[in-house]
Amino acid sequence: MQFGIFTVSDITTDPTTQRTPTEAERIKNVVTIAKHAEQVGLDVFALGEHHNEPFFSSSPTTTLAYIAAQTEKLLLSTATTLITTNDPVKIAEDYAMLQHLSGGRVDLMMGRGNTGPVYPWFGKDIRAGIPLAIENYALLHKLWREKAVDWQGKFRTPLQSFTSTPRPLDDIPPFVWHGSIRSPEIAEQAAYYGDGFFANHIFWPASHTQRMIALYRQRFAHYGHGDPDQAIVGLGGQVFMRKNSQDAVNEFRPYFDNAPVYGHGPSLEDFTRETPLTVGSPQQVIDRTLGFRDYVGDYQRQLFLMDHAGLPLKTVLEQLDLLGGEVVPVLRKEFAALKPAHVPEAPTYASLLAAREEADLAGADKEEAKA
Amino acid sequence: MKQRTLAVVSAGLSQPSSTRLLADQLSAAAVAAAGTHDIGLTIKVIELRDLAHDIANHLLTGFPPAALSEALDDVAGADALIAVTPIFTASYSGLFKSFVDVLDKDALVDKPVLIAATAGTARHSLALEHALRPLFAYLRAVVVPTAVFAASDDWGADSADGTLRTRITRATSELARELSRREPATPTDPFALTTSFEDLLSR
Repeated sequence: MQFGIFTVSDITTDPTTQRTPTEAERIKNVVTIAKHAEQVGLDVFALGEHHNEPFFSSSPTTTLAYIAAQTEKLLLSTATTLITTNDPVKIAEDYAMLQHLSGGRVDLMMGRGNTGPVYPWFGKDIRAGIPLAIENYALLHKLWREKAVDWQGKFRTPLQSFTSTPRPLDDIPPFVWHGSIRSPEIAEQAAYYGDGFFANHIFWPASHTQRMIALYRQRFAHYGHGDPDQAIVGLGGQVFMRKNSQDAVNEFRPYFDNAPVYGHGPSLEDFTRETPLTVGSPQQVIDRTLGFRDYVGDYQRQLFLMDHAGLPLKTVLEQLDLLGGEVVPVLRKEFAALKPAHVPEAPTYASLLAAREEADLAGADKEEAKA
Repeated sequence: MKQRTLAVVSAGLSQPSSTRLLADQLSAAAVAAAGTHDIGLTIKVIELRDLAHDIANHLLTGFPPAALSEALDDVAGADALIAVTPIFTASYSGLFKSFVDVLDKDALVDKPVLIAATAGTARHSLALEHALRPLFAYLRAVVVPTAVFAASDDWGADSADGTLRTRITRATSELARELSRREPATPTDPFALTTSFEDLLSR
């Protein structure tokens, strides 16, 4: 199972000091956070894509390539890549390039974006959000698997004999997750291709996530990719920890109360009860996270949101120390002990390459046997 | 006897509230009227005052807390709705509208709805026609022709068999007639797939 963090790249005033980091500061901090994630033993760092203030991450592949150059093992991902407003040709090129530079340490999570005005900025219409996601991904999928692509769709200029370069590393396209909170069409899309499905999870009640994952698993099996429990599921999570749980609550409360998205709304206690947010001791985080499995089944990726709402860098790094030092080692052990052998890990470049080499070997043996 | 459910939304703020009083009289009359069509009614009363914080939180977070979620399901799953609001500043109350705002946009499609309101004086009575009726028309509900308005006067000594009583009886008869014409409500499942992926691809 993969564990990691995801960031939305918000630049938010620290409500306890009224200090707002500069863009330059926040960008450097996010790089530091990513490197620290590797140092504390996490597997994945995923970066959001936004094209409006207060977010900085309009250019995720630039940032991820810079992080890739300074890390060894960390798998770099997105949270999310806007499949609606980006040209799929450019996504194919950018992420194949990143795959080469990072030695295959890349996957992507597709999303539609949460900001209406972004669509017209890129010449698109939000009412076509789902059709854009479907058509653009169909093209992206093809570009990574075929050369000399002929293509005609509704949303971009037709292509004739177009080959996107560079080709995916060793012709292994980056693994793709599809993220959605409540659109069954996106669960269906992930199932159709046998791709992963990532439930944001953190802003909604567990019952929503449960329904979406159940639908994805059922359709994954319908399209012949395996049994429902072999589908590739990822979940978001949001935690704040201190050794003593009351210290965690006291320290996090002002950040919660003023946070973008849910601030000035429900109380910390209400939101903790209604959503997966866990504020408390590392043991509480372990217990709550293990409980996710009860309603989604065995899953492959757990990402935590750790750095939003104006939390200062020092605090975020301390949180990562707790996550990597005390929480994830226990979760790895416990989840591994619970997972049946037929449930796969999330595919990576390395695992897909190994599987292909194994298949090639098996094929060669057969040829030999025939001869 | 057929069994149907009736959701009753009351947006009164004071306790006791004349809005709730009107809602209760309408429910009782609806049970009697449904009985004449051989329909047994189960009543689900939704007091918006109890859900005020949940409604605000839903507007801010995008999801309903558990109690509100149950109320929204009750409305979407009901075979008919009685909606009663106090008139504030020439229209339905803000709390009432906020609740309607968080209803699923298809929750009331083809659902028989009886609209009713309370206010201090009869000068507010047309708010039912210029504010509530178009609101529910927009949601494609079937609003019965008689809307019931109760001003302070109507609760006076002659109300027991006065004009308010007449309007309540007429409105609930209209609601029962609409109920008797319909199959039970089948709420839409927001997680259900309504199209195949091949259709989505070729669209």
